[in-house]
Amino acid sequence: MIRPDSTTLLEVRDLFATVSGVEILKGVDLTVKRGEVHAIMGPNGSGKSTLAKVLAGHAAYQVTGGEVRFEGRDLLALPPEARARAGVFLAFQYPVEIPGVGNSQFLRLAYNTVQAERGRDELDPLEFDDLVRDRMQLLDMNAEFLDRSVNEGFSGGEKKRNEILQMALLEPKLAILDETDSGLDIDALRVVSKGVNRLAGDDNAIVLVTHYQRLLNYIVPDYVHVMSDGRIVKTGGKELAVELEARGYDWIGGETEAARTVS
Amino acid sequence: MTLDAADARTYLNGLLDGHARAPAVATPSSPKLAWLKALRAEAVERVGVLTVPSLRDEAWRFTDLSPMTQRSFRPLETPSRLTTGDVERFYIGEAATRLVFVDGVHAPHLSSTDATSVVAGDLAAMITSHRAAIEAHLARHAGFRDNLFVALNTAFLHDAAAIVVPRQMNVAAPVHLLFIATQPDVASHPRVLVVAEPDSSVVLIEEYAALQAGAYFTNAVVEVAVDAGACVEHVRVQRESDEAFHIGHCTVSLAQAGRYHSVNVALGARLSRLGLDVLQTADATHCSLDGLALIGGRQLADTHTRIDHAKPHGSSRQLHKCIVDGAAHAVFNGKVMVRPGAQRTDSSQSSRNLLLTPKALVDTQPQLEIYADDVKCTHGATVGQLDAEQVFYLQSRGLAEAAARNLLTYAFGAEVIDRIPVASLRQSLERTVIERTAGQP
Repeated sequence: MIRPDSTTLLEVRDLFATVSGVEILKGVDLTVKRGEVHAIMGPNGSGKSTLAKVLAGHAAYQVTGGEVRFEGRDLLALPPEARARAGVFLAFQYPVEIPGVGNSQFLRLAYNTVQAERGRDELDPLEFDDLVRDRMQLLDMNAEFLDRSVNEGFSGGEKKRNEILQMALLEPKLAILDETDSGLDIDALRVVSKGVNRLAGDDNAIVLVTHYQRLLNYIVPDYVHVMSDGRIVKTGGKELAVELEARGYDWIGGETEAARTVS
Repeated sequence: MTLDAADARTYLNGLLDGHARAPAVATPSSPKLAWLKALRAEAVERVGVLTVPSLRDEAWRFTDLSPMTQRSFRPLETPSRLTTGDVERFYIGEAATRLVFVDGVHAPHLSSTDATSVVAGDLAAMITSHRAAIEAHLARHAGFRDNLFVALNTAFLHDAAAIVVPRQMNVAAPVHLLFIATQPDVASHPRVLVVAEPDSSVVLIEEYAALQAGAYFTNAVVEVAVDAGACVEHVRVQRESDEAFHIGHCTVSLAQAGRYHSVNVALGARLSRLGLDVLQTADATHCSLDGLALIGGRQLADTHTRIDHAKPHGSSRQLHKCIVDGAAHAVFNGKVMVRPGAQRTDSSQSSRNLLLTPKALVDTQPQLEIYADDVKCTHGATVGQLDAEQVFYLQSRGLAEAAARNLLTYAFGAEVIDRIPVASLRQSLERTVIERTAGQP
């Protein structure tokens, strides 16, 4: 929700990044305030997922220019774990399978690490079990997921639910959901959206990276940004997503191209 | 690097020295034990003929024994007197039967047997009470004629752990065989015979531990005879001292529909070698051989396995993992043989290796030899570092990079540890893996 008195959480200024020497981000500007829900849309290869990975601190992406401030701090100077502890959360497009690491053990480790950073008490396995089962109900998740290895053998939808479960436990200030809707059937999409909406509040913000407007029927954005060729080229309200769904992305490129030509 | 012939002879004579002085089983003059005396005599003769393997031998091309042959080891002279307090840290709660051997010598006061189930004891006792089973199997499976270390062990065959599981008996509590090394420079020759009679089942834990940090030599031979319809689960834990030399051989023979599951964990020793041979002698047998070598520093751990599918409808599963830190060296050779006529064999083998440093080394050789046409056999080997995407995923959830790496290293090993059917042992090994992997940068 847009509130005039809200403070800025994330400030991305003229961000450039490369992967394997190829420039993907070419001057991204984005401001996210507390309480807001932003959607970043755009065609494949426009740099949406790269932006998400860069914000989370993936080592394969080299920042070559610009800056990112999170609550005023230089986010890019922090290793990935420090970003997570500071309250940045990335829900992965392709959550990684980790055979041999129990999901319950992993969730508790992550939870306690982030709690410790916030100066709160860690939970022992029993206390944590109560908490995690409560959160799992929210996502219609079967408790047997706790006994399995992290994401191992999970279906696409189960992996995405597990991402949102982690988000529900870690209670991030900024949640970046990278194509969380891809591969979800309509029931799963509804459940995941419900989970995300329950976590959205006045103090935190959500950035949805998505290819389709479908998700935005369930999680209503305050702002919709369109990325193209490594930059945010258009920003509007939720009606922009509807227009994109109807007209595709090509007209945006043409519009900006035209604008450039004129200037 | 290797010994010349004269040196090798001197070395072997040194190792053999004292075998005649070893206390004989029962009364040496008993004509009933003539077969055992003859075996030992033949083994001594074979030691006289065989030579120490060198890097030129195919089966030893990655494992240089010279650090071992540069040292001399002597037979035990004065047995150590240990109390329960010295060794109880090694005890396993679930085990009802425990046989403890100290530097190769049976320690009855540290052992306990559960007379209501499995029949276990040292050779001297068992050879009287279970002569037929012992005579039918002892030294009949582990061939010593072409294997120097098995021959040496057999030459010293005077004390052994013998386990006979009676027909149709399902032994609920594991049997724990604990071999503890206490004296430096000593060569000991642990020997185990397991006979699972038809339709019986048993869980066996064979463990090598040390109450010293010195260099010594353990030369173990285990024979497991699995009768028709019987099932043996065998956990082998090698946690010798970091300076020790450990050579182990285990030969398993499976009769009709017999099953054998083993988990081998190698943690200790400067140089260790395990040779594990499983022979499927009848139809429809199954075996699974899983292994984990977790080594660092200058350790070398070599595992050579051979699964011989000699009859139809047999199956085998194998997962062998190595975690190699420091400048350590892991060797794996897994041969799967499918003989002519062993149709409908179903076999899979996987060798997975994790190298934690640039100086860590692994040599892995899966080997399939198939002489039957209606079979399903798969094998594969991977060597790699920790997966960067997994590390990032954990970091993105707040775990420091070192913690993420430790957790992943632990998880890599835990896949094998988790297959151990004894909860307390599983937990203690998990702790060991966590402690070892926590040292990573």
